[in-house]
Amino acid sequence: MNLSPDDRAELKYKTVGEKFSETPKLKIRGLNVSYAEKQAIFDVNLDIGSNEVIAMIGPSGCGKSTFLRCINRMNDTVDSCRVEGSIQLDDMEICDDKVDVVPLRARVGMVFQKPNPFPKSIYDNVAYGPRIHGLASRRSELDGLVETSLRRAGLWDEVKDRLLQPGTSLSGGQQQRLCIARTIAVSPEVILMDEPCSSLDPIATAKIEELIAELSENFTIAIVTHSMQQAARVSRRTAYFHLGQLIEVNDTQHVFTNPDHQLTEAYITGRFG
Amino acid sequence: MNNAQPQKNSPAERVQQSLKKRYRAEARFRAFGAFSVILGLAALLVLFVKIISSGIGAFQQTYIKLDLAYDESVLGISDPRDEDQLAVANFEGAIRAALLTRFPSVTARSDKRALYSMVSIAAAFELQDELRHAPDLLNKRRQYWLLADDDLDTYFKSLKAGDPYLGRVSPQQVEWITSLIEAGEVRKQFNRRFFTSGDSAEAEMAGILGALIGSLLTLAVTLVLSFPIGVGAAIYLEEYAPANKFTDFIEVNINNLAAVPSVIFGLLGLAIFLNMFGMPRSVPLVGGLVLTLMTLPTIIISSRAAIKSVPQSIRDAALGMGASKMQLILHHVLPLAMPGMLTGAIIGMAQALGETAPLLMIGMVAFIVDIPGSIDDPATVLPVQIFLWADSPERAFVERTSAAIMVLLGFLIAMNALAIWLRQHLEKRW
Ligand SMILES: Nc1ncnc2c1ncn2[C@@H]1O[C@H](COP(=O)(O)OP(=O)(O)OP(=O)(O)O)[C@@H](O)[C@H]1O
Ligand SMILES: [Mg+2]
Repeated sequence: MNLSPDDRAELKYKTVGEKFSETPKLKIRGLNVSYAEKQAIFDVNLDIGSNEVIAMIGPSGCGKSTFLRCINRMNDTVDSCRVEGSIQLDDMEICDDKVDVVPLRARVGMVFQKPNPFPKSIYDNVAYGPRIHGLASRRSELDGLVETSLRRAGLWDEVKDRLLQPGTSLSGGQQQRLCIARTIAVSPEVILMDEPCSSLDPIATAKIEELIAELSENFTIAIVTHSMQQAARVSRRTAYFHLGQLIEVNDTQHVFTNPDHQLTEAYITGRFG
Repeated sequence: MNNAQPQKNSPAERVQQSLKKRYRAEARFRAFGAFSVILGLAALLVLFVKIISSGIGAFQQTYIKLDLAYDESVLGISDPRDEDQLAVANFEGAIRAALLTRFPSVTARSDKRALYSMVSIAAAFELQDELRHAPDLLNKRRQYWLLADDDLDTYFKSLKAGDPYLGRVSPQQVEWITSLIEAGEVRKQFNRRFFTSGDSAEAEMAGILGALIGSLLTLAVTLVLSFPIGVGAAIYLEEYAPANKFTDFIEVNINNLAAVPSVIFGLLGLAIFLNMFGMPRSVPLVGGLVLTLMTLPTIIISSRAAIKSVPQSIRDAALGMGASKMQLILHHVLPLAMPGMLTGAIIGMAQALGETAPLLMIGMVAFIVDIPGSIDDPATVLPVQIFLWADSPERAFVERTSAAIMVLLGFLIAMNALAIWLRQHLEKRW
């Protein structure tokens, strides 16, 4: 990546804390992302461990979403976006134009900020992934998959009698859990969540947080959040981003009680954000 | 500001004062909108009243009652079950004989001709049909209502309106008609023929069905070609085309094409389909091809708008699940965009339905009596039929012109109703 002198001047922080993991699921090395002329991510190096929940925090516009969207190559849909560097999922290189994004996205699922169920029935929403990836050969198998996914998303009891009603008829919190059910129906290895609770009320948020804790037994989860309480509640590690740079990554406890970097401290004590 | 101009009134009072002005402006604004709507509705109403009042007459036709015999000797046949004999049977002779029996005083040749011309030549065909279905009627005498000539029809209808229109009806004929009317031997009947036959030089025999079928066939060709091609082009341009100068160039040109006068497409069709490919003239196939060229830009533009309006969040959701581009388009974009695409297609079809000029260019203005049976039979279409009839000198064609316009409007309304139904039906599934 050719950095302009201005960019170099900005690149003045070294990531502090525990960047690497002993059981990495994802290895991110030298990641640089830019939109047209504007660079959004500067040289990020980070491991995300197997079955860990890592929270991404930082002020608005610092590049959390951009970073997350690199991991399932959703940035491909943005024409102006250029990604350089390396991200390895187990041993597979993700940041390679030759990599087929279809199987990749079956392994790395994503839950978006705004609940975005398909305008189809609840059943079809959850069955969509298994259908397109050919995960169920028989109807009964698909039914079972839909039920377990909805159960794991804690939605089954609320919707089991109305599976054929449109997914958009659910409440916001239910819709978000439906989206989570849809994502886990294809049994991904990693789930990316971009502010999954930002449009939900505290009760729905609590439910999702509970869910994340349960899901972490089986999935690796990377979650972006603006709520430091939420990060503290759900994650094991926390990464703090600032102006496109990864400033600090440490155990969540550590970050919120005794951050290593002064910028992190300034952020969590509310001096900016 | 406060310091520069000390004010007498408090802000609340000033708001109160300005409120009155605002409400007045608001009322004016609303009144203007309402006025526009009323004006539009009034224009529509006048149009409808005018067309219906001048066209309603065409749905009835004048018939004359005659005492008529299927005499073997007059018809010149022996077996009405024999199709060959029926074909040459002299039904006109029978009608003439009946007319002469009704008006025995007519003897001079020219008078006879005037008398005979009061009954339409279609009457003979009707009699032939009847004998074919009921051969037992041979040599029987009965009373028949026979289709009157259009001049008589016009005179009779205008008589009821209190303003007799003579046209080509001679004083002598007026005398005969009056005698028939007084005897109750003239009446109006529902004009089935108008809906079951093609064009004719004789106004009383002319029907709209040929043009209606021609329009249907032409539109079918247009829809079958322009909808898939238009939607395909829209999908490519929206979803696949790289963002570069060439794509921009195509986009600008599609927008320009939508504004090209339709007659140009007719000339293009003439040059390409008729002269280069040697396709037949006056056929719905070529008409449909020309109208496809004309409607494609409309469909492409509206389809692109419909595709653009599919929310990004749905795209993200599908792609995030690992849907391929084609799955994204087939499972999500198309179903969501379909109502908008259909609206565009219907608007395009409605335009195509009303189009005359390009079809004149490829010969669909020919005088065609037969009802087209397929897309390569010579045909005409509703607006061209209206144009042809509006151009005819006979008074009886005037009301047919309006009646044809009513049929065209009915067609349009049916098409729009179908579009609305389709749209609701499609949206309900989601
Ligand atoms: N599609 C895009 N095109 C151009 N620039 C973009 C695009 N998306 C993001 N950016 C820029 O990249 C930078 C990082 O944006 P990003 O959305 O990753 O921030 P974020 O940390 O997720 O912020 P927030 O907390 O508000 O969601 C911002 O400066 C933003 O302006
Ligand atoms: Mg974001």
